[in-house]
Amino acid sequence: MSGGGGDPAPMAPVEQRVAALEALLTERGLVPEGFIEEITRRYETEIGPMNGAKVVARAWSDPAFRQRLLTDGTAAIAEMGFGGAEGDHMVVVENTPAVHNVIVCTLCSCYPWPTLGLPPAWYKDPPYRARMVREPRTLLAEMGCGVPEDVEIRVWDSSAEVRYLVLPQRPPGTEGMPEAELAGLVTRDSMIGVARL
Amino acid sequence: MDGIHDLGGMQGFGAVDHAPAEPVFHEPWEGRTRALMEVVLDAVQPNGGEFRHAIERMAPGHYLTSSYYEHWLTAAATLAVEHGLLTRADLEARAGGRFPLSGPVLAPPVTDPVADASEPRFGVGDRVRVREWHSPGHTRCPRYVRGQEGVVVRLDGAYSVPDVEAHGTARRYEATYSVRFDAASLWRDGQRGVWVHVDLWDSYLEAA
Repeated sequence: MSGGGGDPAPMAPVEQRVAALEALLTERGLVPEGFIEEITRRYETEIGPMNGAKVVARAWSDPAFRQRLLTDGTAAIAEMGFGGAEGDHMVVVENTPAVHNVIVCTLCSCYPWPTLGLPPAWYKDPPYRARMVREPRTLLAEMGCGVPEDVEIRVWDSSAEVRYLVLPQRPPGTEGMPEAELAGLVTRDSMIGVARL
Repeated sequence: MDGIHDLGGMQGFGAVDHAPAEPVFHEPWEGRTRALMEVVLDAVQPNGGEFRHAIERMAPGHYLTSSYYEHWLTAAATLAVEHGLLTRADLEARAGGRFPLSGPVLAPPVTDPVADASEPRFGVGDRVRVREWHSPGHTRCPRYVRGQEGVVVRLDGAYSVPDVEAHGTARRYEATYSVRFDAASLWRDGQRGVWVHVDLWDSYLEAA
């Protein structure tokens, strides 16, 4: 069926390929009861950008925490209870009036899971990965995040073990706002660096 | 390998299909694939980087016309077959059609990784040039910086070299660096005020 020449057999629909893999692994006793549902539930409810938003809100509210976050991102984020796979070596890059940061993974889909969850589809698709290192100012503008010509853009390609998180600028008019309320203003895209607040 | 996954700087892809929010899994099969990938990795215990390399070995046409979870499905099935857990015939019979797998590993196994090089050769501010090589195996050195000069901006400690660990049980630890490149010198297009940072292992670099 895999064919060596001529017209190949039609590719089975992806749902059927997944079901085939699942059935064969289950028959070999390798899929524990409820495992698939548990993994799905964990990624849908326990990790996600709400964690990163809490980190950002704390950094805006607590200058000492902000300093620790920029010095040793992994340790500061661990203070808030977040860490683990794809978050073991965190570097937090800070946006300022003069600098805009944005993260990408040109080789695959590296992304800080504990603070941002699993990456959105567009982050893993070829257009974003191909273009963000080549024409970031143009691409950011296309995505609704215009960066003025006099603001430096720093692109971070996550090609080794470090995972990056952007610390966005605190929006004006939020002085005195409680930390929990500030966290509600922080979007996933602002922590990737494809949006400003 | 110079595979289709190495996308940095390629042209012609058009707009990013961006949405400010989206479900974690668009379809139920995506979540199931996420879990099955863990089942396969647990069962076959691949070398570090071997799963990534299985994605990199996908046929370019299939890679570009399938979603990332389909990449994971393909890589998980490929490792299951390569490690003798399942057969392709079983997968195709059960799926009721062709079940494309990734292409073969092109690089020979690494048996002698030579000694660790955990002590950094470079410091912050040093100018470095990325070695221009074309490994047939797994590497985390993107094509778009090969042969290019940049400046070390951060040292990140020593980590296992992906090019070694993906191709056998041997391990070699090397210092890693974040290296800053001027986008205008990467792309020769006159853009200003854009810096691209790439994280690179010591053996990818030489003094500039």
